[in-house]
Amino acid sequence: MPATLIAAATALALAAPAYAKVIPVPAGENAQARLQEALILAAPGDVVELGAGRFVLTDGLSLDVKGVTVRGAGMDATVLDFSGQKGAGEGLLVTSDEVTLRDFAVENTKGDGIKSKGADNIVYYRVRVTWTGGPKTTNGAYGIYPVSSTGVLVDGCKVSGASDAGIYVGQSKAITVRYNFVENNVAGIEIENSRDALVADNFVTRNTGGILVFDLPNLPVMGGGNVRITGNLVIANDTPNFAPKGNIVAGVPRGTGLMVMANEGVVIERNKVIDNPTAAVMVVAYPNAFSDTKYNPLPRRVFLGTNDLLRGGNDPQLPGGDQLKAAFGGALPPVMWDGLGDGPIASGNVIEFGWTLNLPRQGAGFDQAKPARFQLPQHQPTYIVPQPGQKIERSEPSPNPGAPAALDVRARP
Amino acid sequence: MRLLAGGILLAAAAVAVAAPQGRVVNDAAIAGAGFPATLDAFGFFTNAATQRPAAGVTPYRIQTPLWSDGAEKLRFVYLPAGTKAKAQGDGLLDLPVGSALIKTFKLEGRLTETRVLLHRAEGWVALPYQWNREQTEARLALAGARLELKTPQGQAISYAIPNKNQCKECHQQQDAVVPIGPKARNLSLAWLTSFYKAGKLDAVPQVSARVPLWEDRAKLAAAPVARGWLDSNCAHCHNPAGSASNSGLDLRWEQSDPIALGINKRPVAAGRGSGGFEFDVVPGHPDKSIMVYRMGSLEGGISMPEVGRASVDPDGMVAVTKWIEEMKR
Repeated sequence: MPATLIAAATALALAAPAYAKVIPVPAGENAQARLQEALILAAPGDVVELGAGRFVLTDGLSLDVKGVTVRGAGMDATVLDFSGQKGAGEGLLVTSDEVTLRDFAVENTKGDGIKSKGADNIVYYRVRVTWTGGPKTTNGAYGIYPVSSTGVLVDGCKVSGASDAGIYVGQSKAITVRYNFVENNVAGIEIENSRDALVADNFVTRNTGGILVFDLPNLPVMGGGNVRITGNLVIANDTPNFAPKGNIVAGVPRGTGLMVMANEGVVIERNKVIDNPTAAVMVVAYPNAFSDTKYNPLPRRVFLGTNDLLRGGNDPQLPGGDQLKAAFGGALPPVMWDGLGDGPIASGNVIEFGWTLNLPRQGAGFDQAKPARFQLPQHQPTYIVPQPGQKIERSEPSPNPGAPAALDVRARP
Repeated sequence: MRLLAGGILLAAAAVAVAAPQGRVVNDAAIAGAGFPATLDAFGFFTNAATQRPAAGVTPYRIQTPLWSDGAEKLRFVYLPAGTKAKAQGDGLLDLPVGSALIKTFKLEGRLTETRVLLHRAEGWVALPYQWNREQTEARLALAGARLELKTPQGQAISYAIPNKNQCKECHQQQDAVVPIGPKARNLSLAWLTSFYKAGKLDAVPQVSARVPLWEDRAKLAAAPVARGWLDSNCAHCHNPAGSASNSGLDLRWEQSDPIALGINKRPVAAGRGSGGFEFDVVPGHPDKSIMVYRMGSLEGGISMPEVGRASVDPDGMVAVTKWIEEMKR
């Protein structure tokens, strides 16, 4: 920090009140150092206020102070431009708790857009993350990327172009992802190795796959489940898969609406899942070999309530897709199951038709499939509200998963 | 305007800890609050330009160091008078409050930066100081900096001085900042013994398996050389309490589970860092291993480590490649 700044700071600070302050950071010259310095010198409770305009950044930014709000002038007015980024794995990294990020955009990061790790009770509100060149394998992996955190709210955000997932929540719990617009990503929204998540009222379109709920082996946090997917518009997710090979989402067929893999206690209801050419809903086991004895690769207790599952399965990106389509009379039934673990259960007013691959065992390939029509069994989930000290059967969903209510207040006071 | 208010800590600290004229280490600057504005405030050197340490400041080296674009690195440890570090087996020396670790980086024959780790009552604090062109002063660079430099091999690079938060990215375990280098297993027996004899260490730690001396690598088996390199270059993040814990990859020296070491392990959040490959390490196939691909890249979002280098470590590549080549397929 230049000496003049320090002198001025001292003079000002003597008069400054002892409560939370607003730290304005206008766009313009030397944005990297000015913004990073503000993020380092902020005190808990402070607001780092980004001015309107384009911040031209050369390196990743990071925030490690608890309780700070980073607020821009709007997701179209304040843009953090990482097109010339030289280093770091993401645009903005948050590693402190109780942070609120709102009303700004992050563009063209080399790696992930915004990552928050071990950052409990974080709020992303009206944040935009965009790779402006459209879907490309060379785009960063995740747009909005909270991981290893308890208490996550992603609300009113917009993400497009992510070469993995637009909004990805990993190894976390108490999560709400709602009112977001995710377009042109490989996965629109992905909840991975996480519990107690609500994915509600999002507009998910033109991704390769719409909403994915996954659990993967060999990770510090496993046992994903208790996820409610409700009120989403999952429309025409038909972008060819552009994920770099080696990533699990590279195996998601183009045209997948909702996909549940190796999870327990998932409720899918009140969604409109329309024009997804491979399948409206897919419920499957983890397909690869694994040696992790603590890992359960099977889907368990996946409930399909009343949804509109319309006009899908008409151009499935599956081995032998055309023959399958013909065999089922021109389009595949809306619910696809691989035949492993519990099959999906119908718990709503509409009795959905499904089909199963009838795979003989976990890890078996498509060549061993014996596809057949499948009638979903029908019954209700036993919602469990855990009492203090009560040991509950983990596989059942709870009635109200999601982020703590206190986070709503920070997003929508 | 109010951005400046945040500077109060800095300004106050700079005044309070102005270095004494004599060359005695300023304990108040290490242990007090705030971030001294210049390296000189600490009094770590009797002659900073030649890096001659003040009394109580002891030079050391580590067996296998972190690659930093070929920079020469000068390391020092300072303990307050009358205190001792405690040996903790193979692990980090337990340095008392008031201690400091100092590391100066030298490229193109000039001092570029000095990073300090200060052990304060509330924990370790990491601060970067940038040397001026004239080599007369190193000033605090809280937000980091980029310098156009050449590596000793003549490669032009955009050298990055890390910002204060990036210091923590590598130095954190859970929520605490901790030193990385001075683990007993990564220090020579001779140095530990002399430190003990100088009365600065409570005992010479019994080390069960010492990391090889990097200069000896040509004479040694591939595995310990590569594992030593991975420990120093990757394991500060890739361990269960580090910044990359969520990857499930654990590259610490003491780890023996093949999956945790990346062998036939699928990536979780690699994105285009996968390079189109399926596993972190494919035995016998360095050319199909994500680890080697990322070590060999200079592109943001792909290159590993994410911070702290702008060029590829050629010797590290050889070591890791050889280790993977020799693994049974």
